[in-house]
Amino acid sequence: MSKIKLKPKARKGVIGIKALIKHPMETGLRKSKGKIVPANHITHMTVSHNGNVVVDADIGSSISKDPYFKFNVAGAKGDTIELKYKDNKGKTGSATAKSK
Amino acid sequence: MERRLFLKSAMAGSAVATAVGAGLLTPSMVFANTADFKAVSDAAGASSAGAGKGSFKFKAPKIAENGAVVPMTVDASKMDGVTNISFYVVNNGTPLAASFNIKGAQGYVSTRIKMGTTSVVEALVTAGGTTTKVAQEVKVTIGGCGG
Repeated sequence: MSKIKLKPKARKGVIGIKALIKHPMETGLRKSKGKIVPANHITHMTVSHNGNVVVDADIGSSISKDPYFKFNVAGAKGDTIELKYKDNKGKTGSATAKSK
Repeated sequence: MERRLFLKSAMAGSAVATAVGAGLLTPSMVFANTADFKAVSDAAGASSAGAGKGSFKFKAPKIAENGAVVPMTVDASKMDGVTNISFYVVNNGTPLAASFNIKGAQGYVSTRIKMGTTSVVEALVTAGGTTTKVAQEVKVTIGGCGG
């Protein structure tokens, strides 16, 4: 499981959610030392606000290493934001944070 | 070719991961897992072809300093009923970078994508059943990945 930095911040009724996931995001096309580095990237991600899924994303191998995402959702300080992801190897990761 | 790949991946659940680790699988077989994503990417290409000009904001640099990390933002928060925001990089191997299904969040997404070469990048926004797009060329001078 890779590390996830999740920073929701409420401002004027909208929570700005910044997420940074530590993940190599290999496309499966890159060569290192003569050998192809196998594909290893996030394929699917969901963001929930107080238990309700607000973003459901299909992620491709073109998203940069250590993916960064920013979303906005209507909400207030103290709301719970949860991010879950799954990668092409079946590994999953998740993080929860309360909005500041 | 596809049937052979499908049978192998159907049988091989976790065996795939160990085989990949041992270097026994070739990249095209590993990519069998993303065959579904390729279908979503092709569908995005088709809807891009039919899409009219969008009224949302799409921010991307005209020249990318580093092709491995190109920031881009779609701000469709003024549009009603946004259900999907997608980033489509025309000259990338698999053009669809990501497809965000919006189910309660605002129509706003910011992320960073990899670009192999100079390309037109299209932001596709689906709202109320209609897809519109805003395109911008992003020049990649150095650091284009995959090479």
